[in-house]
Amino acid sequence: MDFKRQFKEGLLTKNPVTVQLLGMCSTLAITTSLFNGLGMGLSVTIILICSNVLISALRKVIPNQIRIAAYIVIIAGFVTIVDLCLQAFLPALSENLGVFIPLIVVNCIILGRAEAFASKNTVLASAVDGLCQGIGYTVALVIMCVIRELLGSGTFGGGILNGGEGIRIIPAQYPAMQMVMPVGGFLTLGAVIAGSQWLMKHLEKKEAAKK
Amino acid sequence: MNAYVQSLLGILLSAVLTENFILVKFYGICPFMGVSKKTDTAIGMGMAVTFVMGIACAACWVVNQWVLVPLELEYMQTVTFILVIASIVQVVEMFLKKTVPALYQALGIYLPLITTNCAVLGAALVNVQKGYDFLQSVVFGVCGGLGFTLAIVLFASIRERTDKSDCPQCFKGFPITLISAGLLALAFMGFSGLKIF
Repeated sequence: MDFKRQFKEGLLTKNPVTVQLLGMCSTLAITTSLFNGLGMGLSVTIILICSNVLISALRKVIPNQIRIAAYIVIIAGFVTIVDLCLQAFLPALSENLGVFIPLIVVNCIILGRAEAFASKNTVLASAVDGLCQGIGYTVALVIMCVIRELLGSGTFGGGILNGGEGIRIIPAQYPAMQMVMPVGGFLTLGAVIAGSQWLMKHLEKKEAAKK
Repeated sequence: MNAYVQSLLGILLSAVLTENFILVKFYGICPFMGVSKKTDTAIGMGMAVTFVMGIACAACWVVNQWVLVPLELEYMQTVTFILVIASIVQVVEMFLKKTVPALYQALGIYLPLITTNCAVLGAALVNVQKGYDFLQSVVFGVCGGLGFTLAIVLFASIRERTDKSDCPQCFKGFPITLISAGLLALAFMGFSGLKIF
């Protein structure tokens, strides 16, 4: 098992959002404040770890022909658990994320990792994979949130810091509302993916220069 | 009755334009990005989604009202709906293959992909949240599908052009696609606040 490599893959070279381009719906829709981004990222990470562990543990039991259906049922079970927990303990987050919590079921990241990794590897490796991919997803979401919140509402840490108001950085009359609206989601994600592509090219060049 | 017809028209308008499934609500971005390289395939995907979404909304409404609510099992909605949708996609696929092979050929690989399209599950869940009745649910599903088709076809025709033009190296491929989707979303923002009634 190679924890360092898995971590690097999850965070940068195989980041679920910027490289594998999975789970775009939630990435675009809920990244309007830091609170939403962190909450969504953590929920997905927990579900990803749980479903990876269970699917990996059951990988020899589930018949090959019906594996996708079995995965979906397992994932939907965990999503329901997380959904109910959020409604009970973090009703504000549950309200903000709305229908996108149950929609984690059809988030391709989770089904994708189940099919590509958990169904072929040991329980421990799958748990680590779930954690790394989850962290990669969360980091991407948080970056998007910070950019959109700063440009769109002029604050940082909305929903968490400063009693939920967030710390104001740009005076209230200047921010461009469009950035927290659907348009901003597309533009920011495009820019973030372009940035990560540039960063990876840059790192590759550096490595080549070293050799 | 008149008010009821108006509510249906209101659902139609909002599902297609003001609350477009893709560009405003962000349901179903994966197929929107994945299958929008050519206009023909985009039309095929749009048709398939509209078809399945209409049936799925009807079936999920029936299952929810007649099975889950009487048994007080509402917390099982997510699990039940995804199973219902997956089986509908399977049944529709088999049915079309037998009866309308031409349509089946046209829809091709897009049919099985619809199971993991969050537009379908999203529509079913929104129906429950908003408390729509049977007819309203079906109208919402079909019109949401039409809105999806409109967005994906428009986007495919934009993409056919941008693919051939120059852009900075790091923006090549996916990022520039997202930026053009953003511009399309900006255009759709112009519909917000639109009300006939």
